[in-house]
Amino acid sequence: MFGDYSLGDLGSIFVMQGFAGLILFSVYVLMALGLAIIFGQMGVINMAHGEFMILGAYVTWMTSNFFQAYLPSLFAGYFFLAMILAFLASGALGMLVEWALIRHLYKRPLDTLLATWGLSLMLQQAYRSVFGAREVGVELPQWMLGSLHVTDSIEVPINGVFVMCLTVLITIGVAYVLYMSRWGRQVRAVVQNRIMAGAVGINTEKVDRLTFGLGCGIAGVAGSAFTMIGSTGPTSGQLYIVDTFLVVVFGGAASLLGTIASAFSISQTQSTLEFFMSGSMAKVLTLLAVVGILMLRPQGLFALKVRK
Amino acid sequence: MSDEANKGLLSPLRRKLLMGMAAVPAITMLPRGAFAQAPATSAVNTTGLAVTDTEVTVGILHSATGTMAISETGSIQAEKLAIEQINAAGGVLGRKIKFIQEDGASDWPTFAEKAKKLLVNDKVAAIMGCWTSASRKAVLPVVEQYNGMLYYPTFYEGLEQSKNVIYTGQEATQQILAGLNWIAKEKGAKSFFFIGSDYIWPRTSNKIARKHVENVLKGKVVGEEYYPLGNTQFNSVINKIKLTKPDVIFTDVVGGSNVAFYKQLKAAGIDLSKQALLTISVTEDEIDGIGGENIAGAYACMKYFQSLDNANNKAFVSAFKKMWGEKTVIGDVTQAAYLGPWLWKLTVEKAGSFDVDKIAAASPGVEFKGAPEGYVRIHENHHLWSKTRVGRAKLDGQFELIYETADLVEPDPFPKGYQ
Repeated sequence: MFGDYSLGDLGSIFVMQGFAGLILFSVYVLMALGLAIIFGQMGVINMAHGEFMILGAYVTWMTSNFFQAYLPSLFAGYFFLAMILAFLASGALGMLVEWALIRHLYKRPLDTLLATWGLSLMLQQAYRSVFGAREVGVELPQWMLGSLHVTDSIEVPINGVFVMCLTVLITIGVAYVLYMSRWGRQVRAVVQNRIMAGAVGINTEKVDRLTFGLGCGIAGVAGSAFTMIGSTGPTSGQLYIVDTFLVVVFGGAASLLGTIASAFSISQTQSTLEFFMSGSMAKVLTLLAVVGILMLRPQGLFALKVRK
Repeated sequence: MSDEANKGLLSPLRRKLLMGMAAVPAITMLPRGAFAQAPATSAVNTTGLAVTDTEVTVGILHSATGTMAISETGSIQAEKLAIEQINAAGGVLGRKIKFIQEDGASDWPTFAEKAKKLLVNDKVAAIMGCWTSASRKAVLPVVEQYNGMLYYPTFYEGLEQSKNVIYTGQEATQQILAGLNWIAKEKGAKSFFFIGSDYIWPRTSNKIARKHVENVLKGKVVGEEYYPLGNTQFNSVINKIKLTKPDVIFTDVVGGSNVAFYKQLKAAGIDLSKQALLTISVTEDEIDGIGGENIAGAYACMKYFQSLDNANNKAFVSAFKKMWGEKTVIGDVTQAAYLGPWLWKLTVEKAGSFDVDKIAAASPGVEFKGAPEGYVRIHENHHLWSKTRVGRAKLDGQFELIYETADLVEPDPFPKGYQ
């Protein structure tokens, strides 16, 4: 298939294809991080993860509209504020949901699946009623559009670079919070042994609520970032949920490193295969490989050793 | 239709007054002329449909909830507008149209169930409804079994024809061939790259397009790619497009994927003012979500654009915006949905009856001169004769009409040599 192309062409295509794989990797990590915290640390199967993402996207859309109407001179920088607002909105909603719904279901993990799925339907209909059934277009500042011109044939999408940087920052932030901070130590203590953690004076309810809020908040940031590359509509969250669970489960719940490794292997397989065959076939083969590996290693790539 | 044009510009109060005044002559004439105005129910309804001396009931069956609500909302709005206008103009055979709206909820078995409910319980005289091919395929056996009449608005893959369905959108050859001819001639295009979502409509459409490119235009298809519905990452295929450097990118990607595709195309540095792209799946509705700046310069092949410059369309657009808000946009399918109630009214009047068998028989040859897209006529195969148009997307989310076929294009749902 490559006979007709010059060496230079091929070289630059491989560079760009490698970059496409990296972008896909960042997208996967970004969308899976929030879920990895909630599912991994708390064991809650949050089917409404996609809807928390879309809340972030809608917040971004509203911020963009606000800046266009009232502060057009600052429009170029609105995206950063939008991401912070998205984090706060999704995080606040997450904490509310934890308080109203999830905390009553900690002893019944499978019921959280049903409850959060119901929640996702309710949120979708709420978005539809509030924002309308049609997709909304989020306008981006000029500097975030287009591509960086590296050579004549190599062009790097700016939004891809942006997502990559954001992913790196957030991953470092989450790793720091979970593994370095006092609060992270409390979270891990609660994960390992809830009763003992309570006995040594950790307010486990508060830890739960904050953990859930953090996971949802990161989902909100992801949703905000994805307005650059995807659609914003009441049901757009559904586009991400399958891949998100795939990444988290394949990586092994409860392991941040696992999530990253799994996102990397899935995205690289996917984007390499996509180049040699059609998109649908690539997806099929990727999923087959994941199923095969999970059959051999049901606990995922990386598993945390926990006393059962 | 000129009355309709004025109506859109009047204030609601004045409109109500006028409607009331329009009803006055009918009332005063009742003792003498009632029979001449509105034929007896027993004569126009021999099969027990929901027709009274003053009212006739039709069904509206679309998804108001679920994934497809994005697309079907426009159709619901257009059908309600048409019904309101028909009623304001005196109704059908002297009877006002009353509608029962059911929600298919983006779920195909639900569509079938609701269609059955409309036909069996409500005895509706016609159903305006369905959007995706999947929902139509689910409803088809129901309308055939209970002998209903379905007006289906979406452009679709063809390969279907039923006594009980009028297809007011384009079948695949009507939508695709003229557009390909135009771009081949205008741009001297020889190589095409196809990319679509992975289900029946894009696959059938691309099959037809491929045959046309290879056999008629003597060009070459350098790539044909399908992505699952809802896919959000297109960087790999964009790289393939860059590698193969096609003269034309031909796309039928749908739904949320559409937005991702155009945003990433733009981000990858593909400039649509230099790279020709022809789509058969983007209307004004979709551009709302994609953003005009991401798709400006692309060509779309449709039969209707909101920007069409004719008196019918201007009246339609202003009436639509008056009813549903200034910001609403009108896409190809929305216009086709608007044709449904009107074509049904005209057919009922031609047949002089609400009976489904008589309507099915009377449909071929029915003309609608007031269509926003211009004149349309129903073909023997229950599809519409209509023009094919190519528009170019602008920054403001509207299309600029670039080309239209000189004559109406004959619908050909089972194209020979393309299967």
